[in-house]
Amino acid sequence: MALAFDEYGRPFIILKEQEQKTRLRGLEAQKANIAAGKAIARILRTSLGPKGMDKMLQSPDGDVTITNDGATILEQMDVDNQIAKLMVELSRSQDYEIGDGTTGVVVLAGALLEQAEKLLERGIHPIRVAEGYEMASRIAVEHMEKISQKFEFSITDAEPLVQTCSTTLSSKIVSRRKRDLAAIAVEAVLAVADLERKDVNLDLIKVEGKVGGKLEDTELIHGIIVDKDMSHPQMPKRIEDAKIAILTCPFEPPKPKTKHKVDIDTVEKFQTLRQQEQKYFDEMVQKCKDVGATLVICQWGFDDEANHLLMHRNLPAVRWVGGVELELIAIATGGRIVPRFQELTPEKLGRAGIVREKSFGTTKDRMLYIEQCANSRAVTIFIRGGNKMVIEETKRSIHDALCVARNLIRNNSIVYGGGSAEISCSIAVEAAADRHPGVEQYAIRSFAEALEYVPMALAENSGLQPIDTLTAVKAQQVKEKNPYCGIDCNDVGTNDMREQNVFETLIGKQQQILLATQVVKMILKIDDVITPSDF
Amino acid sequence: MAIERLLKDEATEEKGERARMASFVGAMAIADLVKTTLGPKGMDKILQSTGRGHNVTVTNDGATILKSLHIDNPAAKVLVDISKVQDDEVGDGTTSVVVLAGELLREAEKLIMSKIHPMTIIEGYRMAAECARNALLKRTTDNKEDPEKFRSDLLKIATTTLCSKILSQDKEHFAKLAVDAVLKLKGSTNLESIQIIKKAGGSLSDSFLDEGFILDKKIGIGQPKRIENARILVANTAMDTDKVKIYGARVRVDSMAKVAQIETAEKEKMREKVQKIVAHGINCFVNRQLIYNFPEELFADAGILAIEHADFDGIERLALVTGGEIASTFDNPESVKLGRCKLIEEIMIGEDKLIHFSGVDMGQACTIVLRGASSHVLDEAERSLHDALCVLSQTVNDSRVLYGGGWPEMVMTREVDELARRTPGKKSHAIEAFSRALQIIPTTIADNAGLDSAELISRLRAEHHNAASAAGIDVLSGTVGDMEKLGISEAFKVKQAVLLSATEAAEMILRVDEIISCAPGGGRTGCEYKP
Repeated sequence: MALAFDEYGRPFIILKEQEQKTRLRGLEAQKANIAAGKAIARILRTSLGPKGMDKMLQSPDGDVTITNDGATILEQMDVDNQIAKLMVELSRSQDYEIGDGTTGVVVLAGALLEQAEKLLERGIHPIRVAEGYEMASRIAVEHMEKISQKFEFSITDAEPLVQTCSTTLSSKIVSRRKRDLAAIAVEAVLAVADLERKDVNLDLIKVEGKVGGKLEDTELIHGIIVDKDMSHPQMPKRIEDAKIAILTCPFEPPKPKTKHKVDIDTVEKFQTLRQQEQKYFDEMVQKCKDVGATLVICQWGFDDEANHLLMHRNLPAVRWVGGVELELIAIATGGRIVPRFQELTPEKLGRAGIVREKSFGTTKDRMLYIEQCANSRAVTIFIRGGNKMVIEETKRSIHDALCVARNLIRNNSIVYGGGSAEISCSIAVEAAADRHPGVEQYAIRSFAEALEYVPMALAENSGLQPIDTLTAVKAQQVKEKNPYCGIDCNDVGTNDMREQNVFETLIGKQQQILLATQVVKMILKIDDVITPSDF
Repeated sequence: MAIERLLKDEATEEKGERARMASFVGAMAIADLVKTTLGPKGMDKILQSTGRGHNVTVTNDGATILKSLHIDNPAAKVLVDISKVQDDEVGDGTTSVVVLAGELLREAEKLIMSKIHPMTIIEGYRMAAECARNALLKRTTDNKEDPEKFRSDLLKIATTTLCSKILSQDKEHFAKLAVDAVLKLKGSTNLESIQIIKKAGGSLSDSFLDEGFILDKKIGIGQPKRIENARILVANTAMDTDKVKIYGARVRVDSMAKVAQIETAEKEKMREKVQKIVAHGINCFVNRQLIYNFPEELFADAGILAIEHADFDGIERLALVTGGEIASTFDNPESVKLGRCKLIEEIMIGEDKLIHFSGVDMGQACTIVLRGASSHVLDEAERSLHDALCVLSQTVNDSRVLYGGGWPEMVMTREVDELARRTPGKKSHAIEAFSRALQIIPTTIADNAGLDSAELISRLRAEHHNAASAAGIDVLSGTVGDMEKLGISEAFKVKQAVLLSATEAAEMILRVDEIISCAPGGGRTGCEYKP
């Protein structure tokens, strides 16, 4: 820590407990920050692309997660460094906004930082670098718009959508069944999509997983699955044309919120109380029966007596259903959530074509399927898999696929993948750099170089010679004036990504470049890092 | 310039080769641990718990062994996990799946040493697994149409499963028990309705399957010990003091006389309840909850056998076997379905008295009474029987059957080898490795039996050159034998699950190139040590 001294050689104290803090200033601070950012990018670099590797993460309580989803890796890594935390947030915001490309954005940011470091060494001021990056990113985004294409699909012909989703899934562990899962994801998205408004509410798609079975058993259910069974073992396991009463009040005598006591001091009172109690149960069940319900779904528990009465009156019931599920059931069946028995009316009942209980494997696991609902716009993707880790990873992959499909419905512009868009942008940015007077020219050129890191990492992960491949593809793009040449990761034999059908959404790619540039700018602007030193 | 610290304190990070080595070593250690328990001559393990009393379990069930281990290596956890799932899903093959996955990784390690990229290995493994599965599919036999043959298939499967367990001495006996029990379920996979009662004493061969249902309870004093043509009411209701369920109610009295009055009213209430129950025209009443002395006395007076505190499983099973409904209210006696059985009597097993319900209508549940010398033996016997029951109940639904004794592995090896020869590129090495890993299962079976595995496997492979061969290892005589004649069969579903789960797990571990472990515990650092 550099100290200031007065004329007698005594130090000035500027910061509180100054001697306990470490302080980095100027170029040193920038270099330390860049190193941290690069370290994070280096971890994710090997996970990029269809041949990317996975990371194994062990949480503090010993649970193991295996994934190659950038956002998940960073989230679970338990990062301490402040700059590293910025990178984590970068990946997270890409996840929230787009849902895919979470690895790519970090790799790009890492590359930009690496280039910035070189520029700083040559004595270019960080602010000039940041400005140059900003200009370059604008050029890149505009160029991307130019090379983007409209992506045609309709409800009846969802094939192009399925192909896009399978590109997304090809980098995950589920790539073995990418085609089936992509079809499931697309069907789910189309079921809930509002094509008029070009919007998709992903909340309507529930992704459930249960350990056991094979990945092949994963299915799309036009309805809801609840991890519950009938409250009484002898209730019917299959109800057709169900009219569902959705209750948030328990089948129990009422519990007023105000504190009260009922004093019993005579035998008569004791007996009335008893009769009252029996009447409660009877009325509650009768009320449900009267409005014509054939299935009761309740958020709370039942008393034994109420349970038997329900069973006796032939009214199947499910208890302890969670709040979120209850809402989904209400949306799907078009019913209303009823908080009091008195308010139960026939109009408030939900409707479903079929409700059935299904059991799995050798254990006692049972789940309740509610299908053919009145409102077909709620669907469930039910994932099966060999173990918990596969299921979790499949959930994440399906989420990515759903996001991609949603983005395409929102905005159907696409750019081609396999690094082709990056290479094309890089060429465009490089060309633009020469026309730019001033020091920024260097930064713009570095930006162009940084863009090549993504295809380079793709080639490296696919076991190709990174530099050879990249230069070859780049030359091809310039020579053939074909901005769709990319890295042939899957060894198909062609570099033209249009033939390989590898593409990504335009907004996703643009977002990647913008977000990465923003974060890098922020990191470059820091010139003083003050941290309390360790004890 | 070095970064000071990226991760939190005590978090560790392993990369590239080191990470891969760490996970391989962990996974292979687990596989080697359970390897010796594989096959009919597999050895057992003693597991001592760290809890109080240091309970001892003796077992050779893979899932049980792995469940009780405290493992730190993340890759090893993946293997433990697949073994657990195999147990839940099909019940058997819990050891094989771990051994196969471990062997796939061992082969993969060699390939990585010779500079083949993990992704290429995964691709090869996938192709090989698909091919192996198809090879098995082609060779399955399905006898569902013919009940006689199907039963004998089931018997063979049960015998094969049991011969690797402690029950192997009496495997025919237990195989018959298990098959009978499972066939009674009529296609349901709910093993809850097969009750296993363990009673120490006697020998394993004294165990028996009971047609009816046995409840581990005593009959109340002064109540009939034997009832013919019983009408049973199965109930879940409070028969102690009937609590007032209205919230906030309490009794407040101002004199002794009133206390007495209320008490009488309470008694009256219970008497009424009992009368209502009696009005169902029953002569046996089984309740999940306690029955206090007073109502018990009332039941005795009415000549009704009252059984208290039958736990929830007991009630559900009893309702299943006797066809009655579980009742909690008693106001409409005419519409409550009563359970029926021909005879209820008290029987003695060893020194314990049990209640035996025989001649039941539904017969969808049954009881297996296990006898044995010690509680360890009984526990292990129960686990073994559970495995057999699981496999059988799955086979009833998916009746495709394969031969056992290493036959399926040899069939797969043959096809996979064929595939390797046809496939161009580096993948073929991985496919070859897959076929070598498959052979490890028969090799281990032979090794564990103290046989010359190299000799046997090579002879077996020669036999399997002929595509229609049914040759496998006959461990008992130590030679290559005809599995069809020896009657050694396995369920297709189990083999398929072993193959697919093991490949999936191996693939998952192979894909990892970095391990990041967070600091254990709530992340408290060394701060507390500062004065």
